Amino acid sequence: MIKREWINAWLLLTPALLLLFGFTHLPAVQTILDSFWSTPRGQRAAVFVGFDNYQRMLGDAVFVKAMVNNAIYAAITIPASIALALSMALFVSRKILGQGLLRMAYFTPTVLPLIAVANIWLFFYLPGFGLFDQIRGLFGFQPINWVGQPSTALYAITAVTIWNQAGFFMIFFLAALQTIPQSLREAAALEGASSWVFFWRITWPLIMPTTLFVSVNATINAFRMVDHVFVMTQGGPNNASTLLLYYIYDQGFRFWDTAYAATLTVVMVAILAIVGIGQFFLLDRRVHYR
Amino acid sequence: MTTAATDLRQTSSSSNVRGITIDRALFVAGAWALALVWLLPLLYAVWTAIHPSAYETRFDLFAPLTLENFVEAWNAAPFARYFLNTIILVTMILAAQLVLCTLAGFAFARLEFPGKNILFSLVLLQLMVMPDILIVRNYAAMRTLGLVDTILAIGLPYFASGFAIFLLRQTFKTLPKELDEAARVEGCNLLGLLWRVYIPLAKPTMLAFGLVSVSHHWNNFIWPLIITSSAETRPLTVGLSIFATTDSGTEWSIINAATLITSGPLLIGFLLFQRQFVQSFMRAGIK
Repeated sequence: MIKREWINAWLLLTPALLLLFGFTHLPAVQTILDSFWSTPRGQRAAVFVGFDNYQRMLGDAVFVKAMVNNAIYAAITIPASIALALSMALFVSRKILGQGLLRMAYFTPTVLPLIAVANIWLFFYLPGFGLFDQIRGLFGFQPINWVGQPSTALYAITAVTIWNQAGFFMIFFLAALQTIPQSLREAAALEGASSWVFFWRITWPLIMPTTLFVSVNATINAFRMVDHVFVMTQGGPNNASTLLLYYIYDQGFRFWDTAYAATLTVVMVAILAIVGIGQFFLLDRRVHYR
Repeated sequence: MTTAATDLRQTSSSSNVRGITIDRALFVAGAWALALVWLLPLLYAVWTAIHPSAYETRFDLFAPLTLENFVEAWNAAPFARYFLNTIILVTMILAAQLVLCTLAGFAFARLEFPGKNILFSLVLLQLMVMPDILIVRNYAAMRTLGLVDTILAIGLPYFASGFAIFLLRQTFKTLPKELDEAARVEGCNLLGLLWRVYIPLAKPTMLAFGLVSVSHHWNNFIWPLIITSSAETRPLTVGLSIFATTDSGTEWSIINAATLITSGPLLIGFLLFQRQFVQSFMRAGIK
C-alpha cells in the first residue's frame, strides 16, 4: 500500500532529483556510452567502434603527457596546500599580533576568481619585467620566461593553485583546532612538553579527520582547477602544462571530437570515483555523515 | 600536589623564558612573512592599476596616482553588461538551489519512504562527479534543449546541488522532532511545517550556503566559457578572459584594472563581511 508520506516525499524530491539526474547522472552514463562510438561528422552518423577510442587514447602522447602533468600537479598541490593551510591555521588560531589582518591575508585569494588571478600572476611571471625577474635581477640572474618554457610552465601553474586554495583549507583546520580542549594544552604545559611535541602527539592525531577531509577536497581540486591554464599557458608550450580537464576541453570544444572527449571524461569520472570510494573507506563516516 | 605542579610550571617556564620569546618572535615573523607573500600578487595588481602604465614595472613611491586605467578598461569591453549577466546568473542559481534543495533536504531529513537510501547515495555522488567535468555531454543536452548561449543554460546544471541537499538535510536533522508534533497539533500541514518551523531555524545554514554558492558561481569559468558566445550572456569571468587574451596590445595596467573590476564586488563584500564569510565557509564545510 502506498502511504501518504511516501507520495509527499516523492513530490518534494521530484524537482531536485529530475535536474540532478538530468545534468549529472544521465550525462555521466551517456558519456560512457559515447566513448564506444565514433564522433558524428556532418552527414556521417556515429558508428559503434568498441574500444577504438580507448586504444587511441593509450597511444596518444598528449593524453599520457596530460596524465603525467596532472599527477605532478596533484602530487605538489595536495601536500603543499595542506602544509600551508595547517601552518596558517596554527598561526592565527590563537592570539597573535594582527590576527584579523593575517587571517584576511591568507583567505583573500580564495574569494578571487581563478581566471582573474591568472592575469595577475601572468604579470608577476613576465620575463624581465615581472616581480619575480625584478627580484632575481637584483641578484644578477638572467630573466626567465616562467610560463613560456616547458621546464617551468607546469610549476608556474601549480604555484597559483596552491596560492588560491590554501586559505580555503585553512578554514577547516581553524575549525578543527578550536575543538582541541584547553585542558590538554594545560596538561601538556604541566608536563613541560614543547609546542613541537604537543603538535605531533596531540594536535596532529586529533585533527586527522579534518586532514583527510581536506586531502579529498585537494585531490578533487587537482583535477578540477584548471581555469588559470586557459589564460596563462593554454596547455603549452608543447603541452608542457596540459592537464586532463583542459585536454577534455581542447578535444571537445576546439577540435569538436566529442567521442574522444567523452572517452577522456570517462577517465576523469573513474579517477573521481576512486577518490570517492577511497574517502568512503578512509574517513570515519560518523564524522561527516552523522 | 597543586603547589608542586605550580612550582614545576614556574621552573620550567622560567628556564625556558628566553627560548620561548625567541620561538614566539620567529612564529610571529613567519606568520607575517607568509601573509606578505600571500598578499603580494594582489598588492602588485593594485599598484599597477592605480598608476600610469609608464610605472607598471618601476617602483616609485611618488608615482602619480590615477583612475584612468579603470575608466579605460571599463570602456574597452562591455563590462556593465557582463556585471549584469553575472548578477542575474548568481541570483538565479541561488534562488533555484534554495527552493529545490530545501524541499529535497526536508524530505530526506524528516520523511520515510522506499528508496530513500539509494536516492540519497545518488545525491551524494554529485559531490564527486560534478557537472563541471561533464561539459561535453551537457553541451549536447543544451543544444537539444535549444538553450545554447543563454544565461539559463549556464545555471541549469547547478540548480540541483547535491552539496546543498546534503547540507540542509544535516541541518534539518539536528532540529528537535518535538517541533514537528507541536506544529502538527496546531494543524500545520507539511509545507506549513517546513515554512514556519524548519526554514526559519535553518537560516544560518542557508546564509552560509548562499555565500559559498555566490562566490563559487561568480568565479566559475569553464562551463560559462563553453556555453556562451555573445556579450549578452557572458559572465564577468568569461568577459575578462576574452578581454585579456584577444587584444595582446593592451597594457598591463589596464588588464590589472579590469581584473580588479571583476573581482571587486566579491572582494569588497568579503572585506566587509569577513567574519560571516569565514564562519559560513567553516559551517558549510564541516557539517
